[in-house]
Amino acid sequence: MSSPMAAKIQQNPKYHELVRQRDALAWSLSAIVCVIYFGFILMIAFTPDFLTQPISTTSVIPVGMLIGVGVIVASCLLTAVYVSRANGTFDPLTHEIIEEASK
Amino acid sequence: MKTMKAAISSLLACMALLSTQGSLAADAVVAPAAPAAPPINWSAVIMFIVFVAITLGITYWAAMRTKTATDFYAAGRGVTGLQNGLAIAGDYMSAASFLGIAALVYFNGFFGLIFSVGWLVGWPIILFLIAERLRNLGKFTYADVASFRLRQGPVRTMAAVGSLIVVIWYLIGQAVGAGQLLHTLVPQISYRESIVIVGGLIIIYVTFGGMKATTWVQIIKAGLLLGGATLIALGVMAHEGFSFEKLFSDAVAAHPKHMDIMKSVVRIGDKSNPIESISLGLTLMFGTAGLPHILMRFFTVTDAKAARKSVLYGTCFIGYFYILTFIIGFGAIVLVANNPQYVVDVTKNVLNLKGGGSMPAVYLAHAIGGDLFLGFIAAVAFATILAVVSGLTLAGASALSHDIYANVIMKGKSTEAQEVWVSKLCVVGLGILAIILGIAFEKQNVAYIVALTFSIAACANFPILVLSVFWRGLTTRGAVLGGYTGIFGSIGLLLIGPTVWTKVLGMGPAIFPYDFPTFVVLPAVLIVAYVASVTDNSDSAKQERALFDAQKVRSETGLGAEAAASH
Repeated sequence: MSSPMAAKIQQNPKYHELVRQRDALAWSLSAIVCVIYFGFILMIAFTPDFLTQPISTTSVIPVGMLIGVGVIVASCLLTAVYVSRANGTFDPLTHEIIEEASK
Repeated sequence: MKTMKAAISSLLACMALLSTQGSLAADAVVAPAAPAAPPINWSAVIMFIVFVAITLGITYWAAMRTKTATDFYAAGRGVTGLQNGLAIAGDYMSAASFLGIAALVYFNGFFGLIFSVGWLVGWPIILFLIAERLRNLGKFTYADVASFRLRQGPVRTMAAVGSLIVVIWYLIGQAVGAGQLLHTLVPQISYRESIVIVGGLIIIYVTFGGMKATTWVQIIKAGLLLGGATLIALGVMAHEGFSFEKLFSDAVAAHPKHMDIMKSVVRIGDKSNPIESISLGLTLMFGTAGLPHILMRFFTVTDAKAARKSVLYGTCFIGYFYILTFIIGFGAIVLVANNPQYVVDVTKNVLNLKGGGSMPAVYLAHAIGGDLFLGFIAAVAFATILAVVSGLTLAGASALSHDIYANVIMKGKSTEAQEVWVSKLCVVGLGILAIILGIAFEKQNVAYIVALTFSIAACANFPILVLSVFWRGLTTRGAVLGGYTGIFGSIGLLLIGPTVWTKVLGMGPAIFPYDFPTFVVLPAVLIVAYVASVTDNSDSAKQERALFDAQKVRSETGLGAEAAASH
């Protein structure tokens, strides 16, 4: 489909900029999620005492519970970061690239 | 003491869908059969019927609007980001996660949280790496994307084999869970009748209403489940004066393990087996990102932007839901344990519930809102099963009809009408198969199902998909050999692992000592796919690499992506 357009797009430096930026964001956010999640798992394996200590002397809530909920919240926040960056930067750039190629 | 093994088997049992007998908590309860059948819970029955009537109405509406293959497989690509986000949540949040995680928390405390976390972290990965690219490259199945620039026959066959194994085993788990759950909630309906009802409804929804009906069943179910869980959690928090501190200290006081329920997460690590933990983590994370019925949802949205937004909505709904199940589990410790109305014999075991190990959330609903609310929650659990099974059945049927029939056997020469017709036949076939297998597996130990389905998804579907989209060097040979390594490596190691070899087959100590083989199989798949690709110097391999640039333009910009239907 429309391979002349595809060829044009490949010559547009903006396209390579888009790919570079999006790949950088996607892979670094993926790495952050993995570090957070596998960090949590390794903490469970290696630093259990830290996770079981209560958040304060008067509380029964352990530190690990807050961290677990924190991982869930962080997952949602990181997806929001990607979506806002994609809506704000990548979509307009993609639109420009397609426009320029269809001229 | 809870060990890693006990923890894992709890998880397996939990996901093996409410196998109500006992193993939900290794050290708890073997529930005796309920005594004389209690009176019919009419509010539950009426709400079941209302839900079924509404969804059948939607199916009729959807059937009137399902004319093309795009309508049937992909709801005409007219689903918005928010709708798809809800449908994703409805597709993914199973009755197991609702009743199962609440039950894990009820029996063991805090430790249930680690699984909720594991089931969520796949979603950001789906967003960052594959959601938009699936929408831009694919048509109806994820095999469309994996085989985009590769040879259709072998790659689609591999992808369809992986999809079907995942779908059929997942269906067995859901069918067994449905039978047990419905029978527990309404004892007048037998296990077999429950499965036949579920199977029959699914066949009607999916053959007539296709993806449109499936999507709306999932959206309604997600709304009901999120609403119902919110109400229970609010009831719990109102009872506890909206103080988490009070909720947790009351739970510590009520639970026979007392303060240990706040430390149970650590018990997993007591054995300090980080390999098993990491393997479990890899399986849950990448398995989520390789489930065919989940991936299929991204072909229903209008464009890549809607695909992206739908993951954000879906992730937030699912994360919110997991936090609720956690509150519900602790709430059940406070309000259900020790209560003679729900417990078999409080003088012996204050946790052991009438009706089995999956009941804490259901009884909690009763403790908060009486028979009416219990009926509502029972109907929600039923809706949950129907929504998940619909999505699975459609994903399985599309692998058979779109990949195997239309593209492998007919080599793309069949008409759309023929393809849809074959697809509907496959839906009927899969529905009947689910009924038969659900009945056949009633008394079987199905604890390995999660490990099996998620391992194949994590080791075959997900890596081949990512490689085909991101790595120019992937060739047909690499994709096919890598994919089969993932499928058969997972099956083989599970077969000789502790769950199947020792517990199901009773063959003695396991040859492969880990429950989740992903940490071995996933690297093996990557190595095989890499070596088989780079050593492939055939002309077709060169051509496949050359096609990467055009594929990349389409996957990045959406140029040439399948358009949304105009009607």
